[in-house]
Amino acid sequence: MRFVDEYRDAGRARALAAGIAARCRPGRRYAFMEVCGGHTHTIYKHGLEDHLPEEVSLVHGPGCPVCVIPMGRVDDAIHIASQPDVIMTSFGDLLRVPGGTGSFLDAKAAGADIRMVYSPLDALKIAKQNPDRRVVFMAIGFETTAPSTAMTVLRAAAEGVRNFSVFCNHVMIIPAIKAILDSPDLRLDGFIGPGHVSAVIGCEPYAFIARDYGKPLVVAGFEPLDILASVHMLLGQLAEDRCEVENQYARVVPWHGNPVAMEAIGRVMRLRPHFEWRGLGFIAHSALAMAEEYAAFDAERVFDLPGVRVADPRSCQCGEVLKGVLKPWECKVFGTACTPETPIGTCMVSSEGACAAYYNFGRFTRDRRPAVIPLGEVSRA
Amino acid sequence: MSGGEQQVLDRIERARRRKPVVREELITLAHGSGGKATQTLVEAVFLEAFRNPLLATLDDGATLPLGSARAAFTTDSYVVSPLFFPGGDIGDLAVNGTVNDLAMCGARPRYLSAGFILEEGFPVADLRRVVASMAAAATAAGVEIVTGDTKVVQRGRADGCYITTTGVGVIERPGTLSASAARPGDAVLVSGPIGAHGAAIMLARGDFGIEAPITSDTAPLHDVVAGLLDALPGQVRTLRDATRGGVATVLNEVAVASGVSVVLEEAAIPVRTEVTGVCELLGLDPLYVACEGRFVAVVDGAHAQSALDALRAHPLGAEAAIIGAVAAEPEALVLLRTAIGGTRVVEILVGDPLPRIC
Repeated sequence: MRFVDEYRDAGRARALAAGIAARCRPGRRYAFMEVCGGHTHTIYKHGLEDHLPEEVSLVHGPGCPVCVIPMGRVDDAIHIASQPDVIMTSFGDLLRVPGGTGSFLDAKAAGADIRMVYSPLDALKIAKQNPDRRVVFMAIGFETTAPSTAMTVLRAAAEGVRNFSVFCNHVMIIPAIKAILDSPDLRLDGFIGPGHVSAVIGCEPYAFIARDYGKPLVVAGFEPLDILASVHMLLGQLAEDRCEVENQYARVVPWHGNPVAMEAIGRVMRLRPHFEWRGLGFIAHSALAMAEEYAAFDAERVFDLPGVRVADPRSCQCGEVLKGVLKPWECKVFGTACTPETPIGTCMVSSEGACAAYYNFGRFTRDRRPAVIPLGEVSRA
Repeated sequence: MSGGEQQVLDRIERARRRKPVVREELITLAHGSGGKATQTLVEAVFLEAFRNPLLATLDDGATLPLGSARAAFTTDSYVVSPLFFPGGDIGDLAVNGTVNDLAMCGARPRYLSAGFILEEGFPVADLRRVVASMAAAATAAGVEIVTGDTKVVQRGRADGCYITTTGVGVIERPGTLSASAARPGDAVLVSGPIGAHGAAIMLARGDFGIEAPITSDTAPLHDVVAGLLDALPGQVRTLRDATRGGVATVLNEVAVASGVSVVLEEAAIPVRTEVTGVCELLGLDPLYVACEGRFVAVVDGAHAQSALDALRAHPLGAEAAIIGAVAAEPEALVLLRTAIGGTRVVEILVGDPLPRIC
């Protein structure tokens, strides 16, 4: 398939792997953080670590929007969904995320009308089809999904839809990266920058990472070869003593981002003074709320919310995993008490969560590989 | 791998082997997805209550000793939405699905029952259409629908039309096919491109605004199975139709039941480009997408090529492929050698396939 197969070619992967190995200084260790959960998913889904030399390790970052939702916000959303006249709409990833009192899936089984949508526009459509119900869209995600939420609200306002509101949980990537950089327990040599977020915000907002923190960053695409290429580029910068923001994903990411999308966010949303991130705690100016002018579409004002802060379960170490301090398997409850079917922490829920990705795809390493050669070759002949 | 990581992995394997417990207080949609929650429900609730040796194998159907003869016996309910979709409808699905479950037991399908649960207000014209396609599918599969039942429930208490079919078939060849029969060195084949049924249904629901020429693969498989069994007498270990949960789930069942590892070669797995495209867009893995006219066969590795030839000799197996092999270690795991040259685990599905959001 075009635009997919050419980025999954085994021959090119081997060539890049050789290039990566050649750029590693013997005896030196390199730790690169892939900020985005989409990258984590790709790395595990394609078994990319098999192509990396021992010297290079990938550290999974906080860029999984589902993973950073604090439990109290899930409870608030379930509270809204449980009102008799409400239809709650949400992306599928969120359905299994546990709050303090269960998940959307549990609330749905108990009678709440919760529907999975693929786009906020679908939620708006449901609102128009059900004028006697209040339809709420549970908005999550980084700058990647915030523009579509904003555009939907603009359309709802233009069309005078009165029974639609947004429970806004949009967060921003730069403050999260800054929190990671300021965290004392982490040593990183560079960043694999988020591709989709950068398509909106562009590459310039990362400049401070190279300038002030002395870490190179390469904005990367989501196919396996994209990630190998970005590791190759990071090693190139280190080898040449450069420290810059580079764009590996230029086929999608314009250097200056998408001004139309940014403008839509700016019109409909405003910065929150602070917002709680699961595992990372409160981070100033790190999330978006609905702007005053669109208060009628703000579920936080339309509904009376409990707004209770729920502490993460003590056994859960999602925070350390999100900061890259712990590998998923180093968490105390990983794979035993906390599994994809009974997640304790959010990292085990989303397919982009580091724990779920490791549990589903990675729970196996080189020395456990069977010696038998699969017979797949035969059928291709 | 560090010793610490190995210890954690061992602990997980022990946790995986623990007796399944249903923790939820209410049934959720995940219990119907064919993945892990379904398995847990079946083992912890149904098997626990009904336990007997015939049921305990948890194969697609039961093999009944009837004097000197052997019969295969199976049942399945159909609640597909929409009722009519490109390539088929609930009627031929209900016949083919049960015919295929019998075929997977190595049986020649003979007789079917059909139970209908109809919702008040369901158009008779639609019912006629469904029944006509059941009749056509039964004729094509060489089975007769010999008994049935009809219930009507109030509007809103069902979604149009649900069908349950039960089937009986005759097992004419010696030997037993079972998910627990796979051995190291065996080859794993699939009878054709995977995932078309699930993809067709998803698109037919119209939620995505995606249009693609994908039709369901629903088809009766008893004939192509007979060809395979005749070509490899005594060398076929396991047959499974890859319905809910797809090829990945079926092979996990085989890996667990047989205590082996299944190693798949991603590049060898046939998937139509349109299906790959839809899956890429929606963040799904074709390995988990349902088929209704494809099956997985585990055969003696020495006869892999003859098995492939036998499958390809039938129109329904024309695009069959050898997709992997069985190995001794690591026990009870399915691994995938990715097209890019990595290796990863292929886990049992948890809940419905949830798409990525960004």
